[in-house]
Amino acid sequence: MIYLYLFITFFEIGLFGFGGGYGMLSLIQHETVEHWHWLSSSEFTDIVAVSQMTPGPIGINSATYAGYTACVNAGYSVPMSVLGSATATFALVLPSLILMILISKLFLRYMRTPAVQSVFMGLRPAVVGLLAAATLLLCTADNFSTPSINPWQFWISVFLFVATFFGTLVLKINPIRMIIIAGFAGLLLLY
Amino acid sequence: MYFLLFKTFFKIGLFTLGGGYAMIPLIEAEVVDKHRWIGKSDFLDLIAIAQSCPGVFAINISIFIGYKLRRTLGAIVSALGTALPSFLIILAIALFFHQFQDNPVVSAIFRGIRPAVVALIAVPTFNLARSAKLTWATCWIPLAGALLIWLLGVSPIYVILAAGLCGWIYATIIKPTE
Repeated sequence: MIYLYLFITFFEIGLFGFGGGYGMLSLIQHETVEHWHWLSSSEFTDIVAVSQMTPGPIGINSATYAGYTACVNAGYSVPMSVLGSATATFALVLPSLILMILISKLFLRYMRTPAVQSVFMGLRPAVVGLLAAATLLLCTADNFSTPSINPWQFWISVFLFVATFFGTLVLKINPIRMIIIAGFAGLLLLY
Repeated sequence: MYFLLFKTFFKIGLFTLGGGYAMIPLIEAEVVDKHRWIGKSDFLDLIAIAQSCPGVFAINISIFIGYKLRRTLGAIVSALGTALPSFLIILAIALFFHQFQDNPVVSAIFRGIRPAVVALIAVPTFNLARSAKLTWATCWIPLAGALLIWLLGVSPIYVILAAGLCGWIYATIIKPTE
């Protein structure tokens, strides 16, 4: 029953996905790649690339795509996989629906209390750790190759990683443009 | 009204590239300036609340505004409007991409894109660290969290729960006695 597991997993991701799209990605990565093995590490990276380049929230995009790919990998037909992606997206949004309605109905005045603020004070640094872990977990042979298997691809990959890192952090190049440049580099150098 | 809510959030979902905070100006233009569903200062409060809550930022905002105007059904319609463009576009790409996956040109392009995407996930780590105002007294929190998840395979959900609990314990029990 992959649909039930997809539902529970993405409901949890929606419920604990603090810190915006990228904070959510670290949960999606842990659940779909490390825990359930629905996706390979490189499939997850591809999903993030596509989610970044297409319109809409990254969380919704990657849940839709991950739900679909998980079903395809499990051997389901295309229509059944579409159902899987709908399940994942619906489950991701459901906690938001419940929480935001509760907050606007009952808890609006509690949001500013010191107790609630103190919980967020602890959460913010932890989300930084979540993202760091997701980055480290994605540094795999799937994504970078290795010096022994394919040294050429490995060092090109390392170069593209460093270039994208400094390009977006320091030079503030648009991430979508960086993905397109990296894709061109891949086509020219890794074909 | 339901149709207008749906249409507005569908447009917001369709036209924002990059997601998250890139969506704020468009959402503001639509719900504050154009339709006047919410005041400017209420909108700033709403951003703060939607940011602290779990889940997708734009979805949280759409649910809040939909609920304010037309209760639960309004919230559902708004959330559906925001999510639907993403869902349809991604599905179209997924159906298309699965046929071209094994194409040598496509796989060469993605071999180049993958390391770049890992870097794109590394960058917000540093941006978030800056906005979380980490000090020498708090920088062990992300370090410990990252090591637990990376080396010991602990679920990020437990790290989130523990961090929230520790924040609360610190503020209510430890800090007053210091």
